Amino acid sequence: MKDEELQQLCREIRADIVRMIGRVKSGHPGGSLSCAEILATLYFREMSANPATPPGQRDKCVLCKGHAAPALYAVLARRGYFPREELETLRRLGSRLQGHPDMKKTPGVDASTGSLGQGCSIAVGMALGARLKGSAQRIFAVVGDGEMQEGQFWEAMMSAAHFGLTNLTVILDHNGLQIDGANDDVMNLGDIRAKLLAFGFDVIEVDGHDTIQLLDAYARKTDKPKFILAETVKGKGVSFMENQAGWHGKAPSADETEQALAELEA
Amino acid sequence: MSALKIRGTKAIRVAYGEALAELGGERPDLVVLDADLAHATTTCVFGEKYPQRFFNLGIAEQNMMGVAAGLAISGLTPVASTFSIFGAGRAFEQVRNSICYPHLNVTLALTHNGLTVGEDGGSHQSIEDISLMRSIPGMTVLVPCDAIEMRKALRAAIDHPGPVYIRVTRPPAPYFTEDDAPFTIGKANTLREGSDITLIATGLMVCQALLAAEQLEKDGISAAVINMHTIKPIDGEAIIAAAKKTGHLITVEDHSIIGGLGSAVAEVLAESCPARLRRIGLQDCFGQSGTPDALLEHYGLTAPHIAENARKFLGEKA
Repeated sequence: MKDEELQQLCREIRADIVRMIGRVKSGHPGGSLSCAEILATLYFREMSANPATPPGQRDKCVLCKGHAAPALYAVLARRGYFPREELETLRRLGSRLQGHPDMKKTPGVDASTGSLGQGCSIAVGMALGARLKGSAQRIFAVVGDGEMQEGQFWEAMMSAAHFGLTNLTVILDHNGLQIDGANDDVMNLGDIRAKLLAFGFDVIEVDGHDTIQLLDAYARKTDKPKFILAETVKGKGVSFMENQAGWHGKAPSADETEQALAELEA
Repeated sequence: MSALKIRGTKAIRVAYGEALAELGGERPDLVVLDADLAHATTTCVFGEKYPQRFFNLGIAEQNMMGVAAGLAISGLTPVASTFSIFGAGRAFEQVRNSICYPHLNVTLALTHNGLTVGEDGGSHQSIEDISLMRSIPGMTVLVPCDAIEMRKALRAAIDHPGPVYIRVTRPPAPYFTEDDAPFTIGKANTLREGSDITLIATGLMVCQALLAAEQLEKDGISAAVINMHTIKPIDGEAIIAAAKKTGHLITVEDHSIIGGLGSAVAEVLAESCPARLRRIGLQDCFGQSGTPDALLEHYGLTAPHIAENARKFLGEKA
């Protein structure tokens, strides 16, 4: 997929996200909209993620910030893991599309996540497993910034460096906001770059909405586990949601959904 | 009726390490994780033999549970160990969400539980682990009663689809079960028939229950003894059959009476076959420092206490 197509795809993914959450009147639009480019570049360009490839041979992505499930579902549907019409069933009783990713229910979901801080540990285990089996499989973990307040996140980072997991890439969707407000106000994360460097990662800073920068960062060869610090905007693409913590876990009304779709589809 | 034949003494955790190392040769997919307690849990025996498949995660149990989940997703068969208080307690939510929610093939063989932790005291004596683990959907809970049964339990656990908790105890303990005794998950073993009362015990308390039954026999009381090595799924048929036969039952566990074996048996009885029940175990209190033997004596978890309980119980009016 070409760069321009990828950018168009991200607009469509954002529209899917707004439509899905608006319809069920429940979900997390802010952090779903902020990681559209990250997930789209992974699934459409970087990862070996063809649904026709046996799961054991595909690259894997752990969406540690599982509340951004709508973004992942939109990407997976467009990648061909399940029909796009199924997106309408998000969060409904009996749906394969749970509020948070469920690997047992949803085709293409590589790990069940949503309880913050746990995903990176799972990704470390997958990376260890791939290496042990001599597989070329690569493991990607997409984390949120608020999630880094969990102690387990740092346990996982320590172990990734300790085991020298060069097949692991952690991507931070750094939108700077969490439910109760700005990271800096709720619990300041300090110098994230310096912390990850000190933990033994190679750190690459990018504009998380610039697909070319993301792809360049993925391609960079490192001899350590890789941490991509992607600067993003919470609620990206919907004017009234951008940089508003209030849109972390609030669904748009019917009017707001219409307005958001008008902006995204303009 | 069969007499208790003690054939030797071995800590169940030592048998665990040996069994792990043995299975490592048969199962190239077996990987073992520990959290800086490899000598205490005895996973170091496996680690020395198969260093490539052994991962020490340091003092970080929450991460260990997630890493075990990731290894399982990769198609490997992880067995993770630490003390029960940390594995089942501290990392409870990681066990629940990272391992059990996706129903992964992870065995948690957690050691050092109950009063028999001993001198380390109440902070390290997990008396809630059975309760916590059995409350998680899809989790199987095994409590081997001796070194022989430990080996069978480990084999059964890694062959079992889905998560399994094995409660592995610390101190040297008598082994008495037969090498060829069956071990089927969810199927209790009746070790002694009896007609007056049934002692349902688990883990190290099985031996104490058998000793208590021998003492009761001298008083003319016929006590059956059931080795409830699987707490979940609990063998309801065995419990109901015992209730119908003896009418009186006593559960014995080195664990809180809340949520453990006693509760599991009470649930079956209350729903299917009301019968008279006493629960021996920690009576909603923490343990303390002391030798394992002194603690079991102090908290009433030895054969004479069990026998005395049975006598009183049978003497009470319904």
